[in-house]
Amino acid sequence: MDNKKIRADFPIIDREIAPGVSLVYLDSAATSQKPLQVIEAMDSYYRDMNANIHRGIHVLAEESTAAYEGARQRIADFIGAAKSREIIFTRNTTEAINLVAFSWGRANLNAGDVVILTEMEHHSNLVPWQMLSAEMGVKLEFIPVGENGLLDMDEYIRLLNLKPRMVSFTYMSNVLGTITPAEEIIRLAHAAGALALVDGAQAVPHFPVDVQDLDADFMAFSSHKMCGPTGLGVLFGKEALLEAMPPFLGGGDMIKRVELRSFVPNDLPHKFEAGTPAIAEVIGLGAAVDYLTSIGMQNIAAHERELTDYALDRLEEVPGLWLFGPSADKKGGVAAFTFQGIHPHDIAQILDRDGLAIRAGHHCAMPLHTKFGIPATARASFYLYNTKQEIDRLINGLYKVKEIFG
Amino acid sequence: MDDLYRELIIDRYQNPHYRGELDPSDISYEDDNPLCGDHIRIDIRINQDDVITEAQFSGQGCSISQASADLLIESIIGKPLKDIKALSKKDVLELLGIELGPVRLKCALLSLKVLKAGVYGLGEGEAGDDLVE
Repeated sequence: MDNKKIRADFPIIDREIAPGVSLVYLDSAATSQKPLQVIEAMDSYYRDMNANIHRGIHVLAEESTAAYEGARQRIADFIGAAKSREIIFTRNTTEAINLVAFSWGRANLNAGDVVILTEMEHHSNLVPWQMLSAEMGVKLEFIPVGENGLLDMDEYIRLLNLKPRMVSFTYMSNVLGTITPAEEIIRLAHAAGALALVDGAQAVPHFPVDVQDLDADFMAFSSHKMCGPTGLGVLFGKEALLEAMPPFLGGGDMIKRVELRSFVPNDLPHKFEAGTPAIAEVIGLGAAVDYLTSIGMQNIAAHERELTDYALDRLEEVPGLWLFGPSADKKGGVAAFTFQGIHPHDIAQILDRDGLAIRAGHHCAMPLHTKFGIPATARASFYLYNTKQEIDRLINGLYKVKEIFG
Repeated sequence: MDDLYRELIIDRYQNPHYRGELDPSDISYEDDNPLCGDHIRIDIRINQDDVITEAQFSGQGCSISQASADLLIESIIGKPLKDIKALSKKDVLELLGIELGPVRLKCALLSLKVLKAGVYGLGEGEAGDDLVE
């Protein structure tokens, strides 16, 4: 993998944050940067092709429709989905999970039914289920997270005795970086009669993910964390499940026929795509998966592993720094830490002066922070364009933080 | 930017003058900044003329939130309660002596929000950003 060539694909990497201070972007777990290939694909859609899709009988509409549906096929291929009709476009991972919670949940769950989540979920995989719980009396149970940042699989097996209907879990924690044993979690869920939803927001961008190998029933992920544009998420669902689910949002494009008091829903995937979708964004995500594929997800994963190993080693050298999450072999490219009583906001602000972009806060995982007894962490996260030199700059920056706070 | 971590702020963060709780108190209020988990509680005692005689803050958060709370408390002791209602964002920024971007502004203004919500007698969770505009 030619890191120098990859960096040249991302125009923002050349940006100076202040005169003479170059950007070090270590916030890809929040959103990734975008390569020229994606920016240009969206630009060229608007310059040459812009039209609404599906129903127009003119050249632009036909080209737009072909580009939109072509991207759907390539996104399906990217995650190993059997059919492109199993790919539903939403606004983000959050909306994709809401779609399952409310469409599948309302149609299939009853009061007292159990849904299993984990203690390290992002709010996007907690709050929809909490809302469903308040509405329908569904019971929520949680697989605990140990001090080591790993899920307690023994407790999971005990929870499965409650005969859950759904197990919804993250493939990779956005705070701890923990990569969960997704295949095993799904196999055990199925054996207990439950469906499994994978929150793949932090996984799909970073390592090869194949929904058929996993046997996932649903998987949600976001375009903007994988070199694609914002405003677009993806829900994968097994065809038979999606077929049996009622529509989520109603409106244009999701219907076959409408009368004044009734409608007949459209076929998959359109049944779940009400209204004009994010056409340029879908085309942009299509370009993003082409880009990632051209580099190779195995290569990206290997590069991130090398960076993460290096980063954890160097961070451990810094006196007073406390790292969260499992050892490097069990996690992805995320390093969350606290630093000798200095608030993460202050850490991030001082690093920002050196052009270092990291994130500080609870990273939309408040219950996880509560569990560890801390209000916030600082988080550096890595992607294909990062380098060891950038991690060195992070470490130097942290020594400056230490100096300022004495 | 270096101004952001002026000595005054680091000093008040590390060695606050008014950190603590008052029990009993005449006015107490607490709230969070949900963005970053900063938490501030303010306890106030007043005399029969509604003048603030004692005040303390407690909680946790970044240097900006904690130092601004300490400086704010210092500035209100001896003042009549009715003066609190006139305090604004500008007053807090003058105490800190710095300019702040929109994200850190929320850290700096949390203590004023808590103070005003307490003085206005608002219930738990009722303090809005409109209090500190």
